[in-house]
Amino acid sequence: MNWEPLILTFKLALVTTVLLLIIAIPLCYWLAYSKSRIKPIIETLVSMPLVLPPTVLGFYFLVAFSPNNALGDWLNGTLGIKLLFSFPGLVIASIFYSLPFMVHPIQSGLYSISPSLKEAAYVMGKSKFSTLIRVLLPNIKSSLLTGIVLSFAHTIGEFGVVLMIGGNIPGETKVASIAIYDEVEALNYSAANSYSLVLFAITFCILLMVYLINGGYLKKSRK
Amino acid sequence: MIALNIQKELQSTDGKMLLNLNLRINKGQLVTLYGPSGVGKTSTLRMLSGLLKPGEGVITVNDTTWFSTDKDINLKPQLRKIGYVFQDYALFPHMSVLQNLEFALHKNQKSNIITELLTIMELDQLKGRKPDTLSGGQKQRVALARALVQKPEILLLDEPLSALDSTIRLKLQDYILKVHKKYSLTTILISHDIGEIYKLSDWVFVLKDGLLIQEGTPSEVFISKKVSGKFKFTGEIISIEKEDVVFIVRVLIFSEIVKVIAQESEIQNLGPGDKVIIASKAFNPIILKLE
Repeated sequence: MNWEPLILTFKLALVTTVLLLIIAIPLCYWLAYSKSRIKPIIETLVSMPLVLPPTVLGFYFLVAFSPNNALGDWLNGTLGIKLLFSFPGLVIASIFYSLPFMVHPIQSGLYSISPSLKEAAYVMGKSKFSTLIRVLLPNIKSSLLTGIVLSFAHTIGEFGVVLMIGGNIPGETKVASIAIYDEVEALNYSAANSYSLVLFAITFCILLMVYLINGGYLKKSRK
Repeated sequence: MIALNIQKELQSTDGKMLLNLNLRINKGQLVTLYGPSGVGKTSTLRMLSGLLKPGEGVITVNDTTWFSTDKDINLKPQLRKIGYVFQDYALFPHMSVLQNLEFALHKNQKSNIITELLTIMELDQLKGRKPDTLSGGQKQRVALARALVQKPEILLLDEPLSALDSTIRLKLQDYILKVHKKYSLTTILISHDIGEIYKLSDWVFVLKDGLLIQEGTPSEVFISKKVSGKFKFTGEIISIEKEDVVFIVRVLIFSEIVKVIAQESEIQNLGPGDKVIIASKAFNPIILKLE
């Protein structure tokens, strides 16, 4: 069995999850505490990938990143970045695609914290940043874990977007889900089955871990 | 001295309400904001601490302007040097008692204040515990200690004792008085409990529908007939104990606990925490000068 698509899948999921976490924390902080009028619009945009067919998302990325287009031309010509049919392009598309899976748990985690915790830190002279790092984030550990794991698992399961903008380049964009599709088309069922089985087993283990940790089953003494 | 002259439109349960207050609080006093729920007591503390922005007005503390709409000044809560005990205690659940206090330290502040506060509030035994393993009274002591770590000049207490039972409440009142005196604080308390106000405060502001309707010492505010020939006090029952054939009722009057002997028929409907009047007929009190 060729392990390359599986390794690529996990590399994509890992890079996407790390970048998403960095992007999502400030975004969630803004969504949780801002009273801005454009907030509902931003919330809607963040949630769009939940309902939109991945092919729609992929199609617009295809158009946007295309060298025939102003943005794609500028990226390609000026910065020398080629996003179509490349790994960086996949990462960017995956970030948008998995955004709600990271944002929703963290945002609801922040909502669930009593505002007086934040205010108590402020009257003790702590800055907003220090309050976020030392008070808010440690109190939403389970939401952070849920966000990280769901984004990771969701990126592993990505197919439509990759198909539209990544294509099927071994080692670059041929992730496991594409490889499975490829093998099935070639009537190579046993190879498709081994990829599928690995994905099934790994995603099962990841999700099981979340439920075990967040459900408190791993703690030795539950008081 | 704290001078507060503010207006703020608040959303109350019966629609909009204009909070319009002009308060002066002398340094070193312990004052109480008294009034029914939803008249803007908590909002007043929040505006003083900078957590809520007043609509209009001026707040000055010891000749420093903290807030002024005319001068466009609004000092951040981080810079106001206030100790604030929240109604829900607001202890950080992921930190132990000691860590909660340490979090409150300024940069470069020495940690000996923490040892001192742990001793004063009798928290030494509990310093390794997480807040969710503490009782209400213990949490309250931690919250009070934490509010004092930065050595603030002003302490704000938002109904600190309302959720506690009467025995623990009495003990905590002593802690509040103790730290108020020890650290020469100016303390603003929100309370509904007249016994508590009598015991703790020098001055009472009575709020109603967003306005200050009365102010004075607790006895001026709460005793309607100021001069009466009767020997009569209001108090709160602390305990009732049976002794031989009679009952000993301990009643808290101001900050004194008085023993009263009662018959079984008299204590039928009474229990600890009840507000009672202690009065005497056909009886001549003796007046002695205190040295």
